[in-house]
Amino acid sequence: MGRRDLAGRRDLTAGRAGSRDGGVTLGVPRWTLILAALGALFIVLPIVGMTLRVDWSRFGALVTSEPAVAALLLSLRTATMSTVLCLLFGVPMALALARSRFPGQRLVRAVVLLPLVLPPVVGGIALLSTFGRRGLLGETFGVLGIQIAFSTTAVVLAQTFVALPFLVLSVEATLRASGARFEAVAATLGATPGTVFRRVTLPLVLPGLVSGAVLAFARALGEFGATLTFAGSLQGVTRTLPLEIYLQRETDADAAVALALLLVAVALIVMVATHRPRGLS
Amino acid sequence: MTGFRSVRVALGLAAASALLTGCAGTAGASSGSTASSSEQGETLTVFAAASLLETFTELADRFEAANPGVTVTLNFAGSADLVTQIREGAPADVFAAADLSTMAGLSRDGLVDGDPAVFATNTLSIAVPPDNPAGIDSFADLAAPNVDVVVCAPQVPCGAALRALEAAVGVTLAPVSEENAVTDVLGKVTSGQADAGLVYVTDVASAGDAVLGLPVPESDQSVNEYPIAVVAGSGQARLGAAFARFVTGATGQSVLGAAGFGAP
Repeated sequence: MGRRDLAGRRDLTAGRAGSRDGGVTLGVPRWTLILAALGALFIVLPIVGMTLRVDWSRFGALVTSEPAVAALLLSLRTATMSTVLCLLFGVPMALALARSRFPGQRLVRAVVLLPLVLPPVVGGIALLSTFGRRGLLGETFGVLGIQIAFSTTAVVLAQTFVALPFLVLSVEATLRASGARFEAVAATLGATPGTVFRRVTLPLVLPGLVSGAVLAFARALGEFGATLTFAGSLQGVTRTLPLEIYLQRETDADAAVALALLLVAVALIVMVATHRPRGLS
Repeated sequence: MTGFRSVRVALGLAAASALLTGCAGTAGASSGSTASSSEQGETLTVFAAASLLETFTELADRFEAANPGVTVTLNFAGSADLVTQIREGAPADVFAAADLSTMAGLSRDGLVDGDPAVFATNTLSIAVPPDNPAGIDSFADLAAPNVDVVVCAPQVPCGAALRALEAAVGVTLAPVSEENAVTDVLGKVTSGQADAGLVYVTDVASAGDAVLGLPVPESDQSVNEYPIAVVAGSGQARLGAAFARFVTGATGQSVLGAAGFGAP
């Protein structure tokens, strides 16, 4: 009786363990779990610490105040536009980096990833010297009657600048991991490059595309330094949620913390709802 | 490669020495400190508003020269940032703010000793790029359409001063940007992004040829006062008070006056 019980239980565990990939679940060394937990704590604790500072009696009023709502809406709008721009330009960039060979490719990849390491303020200065009124292209835009300075366009440019590398990296990694076999087969079967791109490549990189877009959106949502340097700060036009937090902190720490929590919540919702790393179904 | 390795060694050493000093500190505290601070010299930590960068750096040098063995450590940031740091227990001995209300908050909560002393005043000025592209002549010109004027947000001292100035002149501006710091306003003007900005007269003075300053006659009706005080619980209260007296005294006033600050 006892024996059958044991056997049954073992079967159960085996069945459960195997259900994921139809094989065995790989164990991980215990020490990695301890370090992983410490790493997670390092990220979670400051968020918890901040949450403990929230003045809940005023929270509702603080996050629904007129400047707060204006900042949140502006942030969502600009981050969405930046993500669209990242997709539009980033996917072809990733394709060029992963699927073609050209001289100076390694240098080009390094340059494309530069916004990842540039301090945002430096990004702002770089954008200013290019798209600013006295910048490289600014005067041309001025002649065309396009005013970028202090406009929402400037916010979108700043966000796209810092978010683009996230999308390119993610899509390029997926392209490399998936290999070019299916695309080669489609091409030999007579599909044009356009058809291969639409029917084979895009579906293949969709997971990387989605996670890259989510990362780019999250990065755009949190963009601060380049916006402040390049776009300015005016309610409803250029003052995104991070800038509003920075300003509120001058006079009302409670408001700053409440808005910070709002930003964290929005980012978490977006990422949990859409971000699924490859291999998790 | 060697460079990289030496950095790692340096980091390791730094971590190790931090651990060692940490332990030594605990041991010293439990057995009663033996080393007298005057033997190694004294350190005074001064938190000062960002607009005091040049003047307080010079004043600290002069204070050190006048008091051998004393080292003055300076921390510059926006007044509100400094207040946050002091509230969170940053080791400040002296605090110099760019306006009275910032200091009043600390004073009210008993975080400074005694009454703060006003040591300087500052007034607003219009700053335009050297070629004055929008042809600004007066404060009223700033309100014209198509003039991109940048100001400080009402939440920060220079923005509060602007509110008073607008009331005095009777002209309300429609700025294209409300910045957190007066240095950000100045940056937008020196880079030519903005046609004009409202900054302090001391900012115009320190910017040199990068901007053109246009005085506003009514600015004497919105004067910003800079207070200085010793932080409560400072281990250097005596030295801190001496520094505050140095700033309000003859040397301090001549250095501040040369930078464009008004007398209290």
